Amino acid sequence: MLKISHISKTFNPGTVNAKTALNDLSLTVNDGDFVSIIGANGAGKSTLFNAVAGSFYTDSGSIVLDDIDITLMPEHERARIIGRLFQDPMCGSAPGMTIEENLALAAGHGGWLSVLSREDKKLFREKLSLLGMGLEDRMQQPVGLLSGGQRQALTLMMATINPPRLLLLDEHTAALDPSTADKVLELTRNIVIEAKLTCLMVTHNMQSALELGNRTLMMDAGSIIYDVAGEERSKLQVSDLLVLFKEASGRVLDNDRMLLS
Amino acid sequence: MLTSFLGLAQTALELGLISSLTVLALFLSYSMLNVCDLSTDGCFTLGAAVGAAVAIAGHPYLSVPAAMGAGILSGFVTAVLQTKMGVDSLLAGIIVNTALYSINIAVMGNSSLLNMNKTETVFTKAKELLEGGPLSGQYKVIVALAAVAMVILFLSLFLRTRLGLAIRATGNNPDMVRSSSINPVFTTIVGLCIANAFTGLSGCLLAQSQKSVNIDIGSGMVTIALASLLIGNSFTGRGKIPTRAVGAVLGAFIFRLVYTIALRFNMPAFMLKLVSSTIVVIAISGPYLKKQLPMIKRRMSHRSGRLRADEYAQK
Repeated sequence: MLKISHISKTFNPGTVNAKTALNDLSLTVNDGDFVSIIGANGAGKSTLFNAVAGSFYTDSGSIVLDDIDITLMPEHERARIIGRLFQDPMCGSAPGMTIEENLALAAGHGGWLSVLSREDKKLFREKLSLLGMGLEDRMQQPVGLLSGGQRQALTLMMATINPPRLLLLDEHTAALDPSTADKVLELTRNIVIEAKLTCLMVTHNMQSALELGNRTLMMDAGSIIYDVAGEERSKLQVSDLLVLFKEASGRVLDNDRMLLS
Repeated sequence: MLTSFLGLAQTALELGLISSLTVLALFLSYSMLNVCDLSTDGCFTLGAAVGAAVAIAGHPYLSVPAAMGAGILSGFVTAVLQTKMGVDSLLAGIIVNTALYSINIAVMGNSSLLNMNKTETVFTKAKELLEGGPLSGQYKVIVALAAVAMVILFLSLFLRTRLGLAIRATGNNPDMVRSSSINPVFTTIVGLCIANAFTGLSGCLLAQSQKSVNIDIGSGMVTIALASLLIGNSFTGRGKIPTRAVGAVLGAFIFRLVYTIALRFNMPAFMLKLVSSTIVVIAISGPYLKKQLPMIKRRMSHRSGRLRADEYAQK
């Protein structure tokens, strides 16, 4: 269970550029929840992820994941229990190293001086074949040769090879072409369901925000302005979300990408 | 003619092998970890000074690990400065390099020159050992070759371990290292410590083979080693680690060979550093300029076909 209590974050405090990116935000996510998050540009969606993943520390409040207080835990330590995907497919893997070496690092089996075992190689092969991209036959090739979609699928595999207690997906299909994006979303759905992962997903695609997962949050100005799950959510249409946003924030949703997709 | 060429090749082989240890150090720090370690010059001298001081004190065998240990310490300081204390990576190297000048003179007993003419070193020990055998004339090459072989073997095995992979990934994509729950600070520190151990070893062996150290022994070493590394890279490209490491050694040998031949044709010895700088510039900017070439050509043909703004104004 992820329990975020009253976190705030202001960038450039005390200057004219001061921007409150998170404003006394509280959120509880239950185990096995798949939560989609939508909101206008600058609403604080990525900032929320950065705060949870530890890219920076929040100014106040606390973050507790499965009874572990991670509020002040360094980013690389949190990475043990939190998996994360970014919009940029280049972010999550080392281009100059082979697929196998990337997976070995992500799996992190054995001590510092241990070498990749035969069982691990077999495991990686099996996992890669689940992607259906033929990557299992290219394990010795550098990751830099893969396409964006293949790289994002690999990153998804790397982030979930040791099932994390929380998976953060930050518009992870936004930079892919539509058919590849669908494929990666499908893989995401399968992996999340199979491993029963708790997952937060930022998306600009309102349709997939409603289709995927079991709960949807809408953010604006660093706060959660709308939170819907269950039966109420299953009846929602994209047009309803636009109306809801206008009611809750008093503005028209200004994310072009959101409206177009 | 042939014998004189063989003599040149022999010198190039000795010097090339010894300095290739520094090239292998840069292979780890520059190619793998993506840190340009500018403390290399000072660290090389440190290894030479410590190795000489310990040998003169009567411990020829201990001089080698002592020099490597000194290198590790120097690398540790450089790494901590850039990862924990907010000093820019290049600046950290320069600062340590400057500080090492004082330390090196202190190590050499307040002198800028140490003589080892009558000192027992690893080379004199090897010479005694090989006395009378068929390889007795090659004792320098054998010692250097053994050191190089061990370092290549170590690197080939080490870079396959989880720590080695993490060090390579730190240079390749630090974000990915963090998200694999590895602290890039740790990998940078380990990488620089190991690299500088090799640099120290390199300095130690060079000093002992030429039986003297002066404070300038390491000056320009980083550029020379970088030139050798880039020459080696041009042969092996993006191959496997052991191939690339051997390529780095080959690069060092070729660099020394070209240099010794140039000396033979009366190029003054002081030109070495100009030559090595030029090689580094060509090796780094060559591929870059090649990529720019189509655009430069297009600009030029574009310009010739149209009036410049001031000419247009005069019309």
